[in-house]
Amino acid sequence: MRKLPRIATTLVATIALSPAALAATELSMWYHGAGNEVESKLINQIVSDFNASQSDWTVTIESFPQESYNDSVVAAALAGNLPDIIDVDGPVMPNWAWSGYMQPLPIDEAEIADFLPGTIGRWDGKIYSIGLWDAAVATVTRRSTLEKFDIRVPTLDAPWTAEEFDAALMKIKDSGEFDYPIDLGMAWTGEWYPYAFSPFLQSFGGDIVDRSTYQTAEGVLNGDAALAFGEWWQSLFTRELTPGTSQDPADRETGFIEGRYAIQWNGNWAAVPMLEAFDDVLFLPAPDFGNGPTIGAASWQFGISASSEHPDGAAAFIKFALQDKYMAAFSDGIGLIPPTPQSAAMTEKYNSGGPLEVFYGLSKAQALVRPVTPGYVVAAKVFEKALADIANGADVADTLDAAVDEINADIEKNGGYGH
Amino acid sequence: MAVVSRDNRGLRLAVRYLVLVLVAVVFMFPLVFMIVSSLKPTQQLLSDTASLRAFLPVGDISLDNYFAAFARAPVGLFVFNSMLITIITVSASIFLCSLAAFSFVYLNWRGSGLVLSIALATLIIPFETIAIPLLLFVSRLPWIGMNGIEIGWLNTYHVQIIPWIADALTIFLFVQYFKDLPGELVEAARAEGASWWQIYRKVVMPLSGPVLATAAILKSLKMYNEQYLWPLIVVQDEAHRPIMVGLGYFFQLDVAWGEVMAYLSVITVPVLVFYLVLQRAFIASIASTGVKG
Repeated sequence: MRKLPRIATTLVATIALSPAALAATELSMWYHGAGNEVESKLINQIVSDFNASQSDWTVTIESFPQESYNDSVVAAALAGNLPDIIDVDGPVMPNWAWSGYMQPLPIDEAEIADFLPGTIGRWDGKIYSIGLWDAAVATVTRRSTLEKFDIRVPTLDAPWTAEEFDAALMKIKDSGEFDYPIDLGMAWTGEWYPYAFSPFLQSFGGDIVDRSTYQTAEGVLNGDAALAFGEWWQSLFTRELTPGTSQDPADRETGFIEGRYAIQWNGNWAAVPMLEAFDDVLFLPAPDFGNGPTIGAASWQFGISASSEHPDGAAAFIKFALQDKYMAAFSDGIGLIPPTPQSAAMTEKYNSGGPLEVFYGLSKAQALVRPVTPGYVVAAKVFEKALADIANGADVADTLDAAVDEINADIEKNGGYGH
Repeated sequence: MAVVSRDNRGLRLAVRYLVLVLVAVVFMFPLVFMIVSSLKPTQQLLSDTASLRAFLPVGDISLDNYFAAFARAPVGLFVFNSMLITIITVSASIFLCSLAAFSFVYLNWRGSGLVLSIALATLIIPFETIAIPLLLFVSRLPWIGMNGIEIGWLNTYHVQIIPWIADALTIFLFVQYFKDLPGELVEAARAEGASWWQIYRKVVMPLSGPVLATAAILKSLKMYNEQYLWPLIVVQDEAHRPIMVGLGYFFQLDVAWGEVMAYLSVITVPVLVFYLVLQRAFIASIASTGVKG
């Protein structure tokens, strides 16, 4: 009989120390980078380091192709099958938060005080997501091209004015040395249009929606500033200063490097081949059309799904990922902009004097996040269509009015999107 | 005169062959472009699209894109998944749809005409309109698996197979074909005392080679080449992804077009082999039923 307590104690100890009792809680994570070898390696390294660094949580990652990632997340949300941690494209985040797919990220503002503004996803006064990088667009050309045509090299403090920019394009066109003076990337449809071209509209003084209320696009997408933008935008195509919507994607890829375009409007992700092709390539700020030079901001960020039963574990992983060494590794690996000065200093290309340092400055000085509203996902598509139609010769005022009507109808249909 | 006539016949034959060769070349262009492009670096591939070089294996030719494609994505797994899903779905679909058609044509049960009309009416409903309700439905269905009863069919092979087995177009093909078979054969078999199952198995199906081939080819192409939206929303793990979702692995910010072409060349091989094996029966079926794929 004496043996019984001993056996019981042994049993309890065995159960308590069994692998099941010691096992860490599993956290699932979805990522958009399937097929990107470098990105997959980096994110898997972070997951592996996190799992090894503590014994409470084990993160398992599932990667998706980027082009279908959003559809997979929305479908999973409907089916109640979301993971604990998701990554989300910055401008889409408000929609997912409003739709109930995400919950606020428990992170102290002080921990991310140094981050570029575009890397922090906020909605309804709360932080929902945080990014390990940002992306920026620049006016890319060669110093030799500008010198040849006696065009001033613009700076962050003194960007080209609208008149200077226009005169430069005309001077290059009149020389007949290039197929087109500038390539805006009309072959890249989808999110590229609002990301790359709405900053022009904002620099004119307009916007996709009225950010003071987020209840209408009236007056900002079809007001005087927007009309001026629309006329200028259309003139780029009527004057044959840039390829139109029928641009071959192959020309977009190779046109600048092969010397058929004098200037290109392109992102930091395309910078490395340009640096390899030319020794005098310049990454210049956006022109100022009257209301300040502007470029887009916000890239992919990490957040916690609304259905996660372990937000503390998910937040622990996200905070773990926000280490300078990982942010620098992503930058070195895929050319993205590191979000903090400390991580930038650790990179090969964005450190002080590095060939892409200018992009960090551009992001800091000119970046404006796309409208922070759940309705952005619809408004962006309407804006894309309007810009393509205007490029193809549609009446500017009628097209912008129609776009305003469509965006307003969507806002109304969705009860104002919770603003 | 006889010599002139022979010359005319020869000339006509030469012209006919020339036209057929030209048509064949035009139809071969996409395949040739895909295979040739899969051997070129992306930069050269894009530059060559502006000229006839796009169709010629010239310049920097290698198998590098194939190695890179297999390194970027589990190509073999995706091809295996798609072939498994296709083979099971097509086999089950042909069996069940031919049985349904047999019932509609020969059993004369009350309401069969109405049921067939309703089944055919589903052809006009785009899949996109029922995708979400179907997703919600299958995500709550039970399944007896290795671990007992599980709720939800997501991330499995059977969720990519079972919803596609019953198919109005396949039923329609069999109905049309069965109607053209001589009714006397079935009547004679009935007079001999054969059961309906025996008639289906030993009289009707052995005579249905052409329609079997047509149904198999059309269904296979649909299952192998066109399955994108459904697996995208019901499969979240890589282990069960089919080839069309796998194609997305190659569309990064800078698309590696050479690898895309290599991937497409690899996944096209099973389709070409399947079609070449069944092409005679397929053509015979088109000629006899007037159905075009």
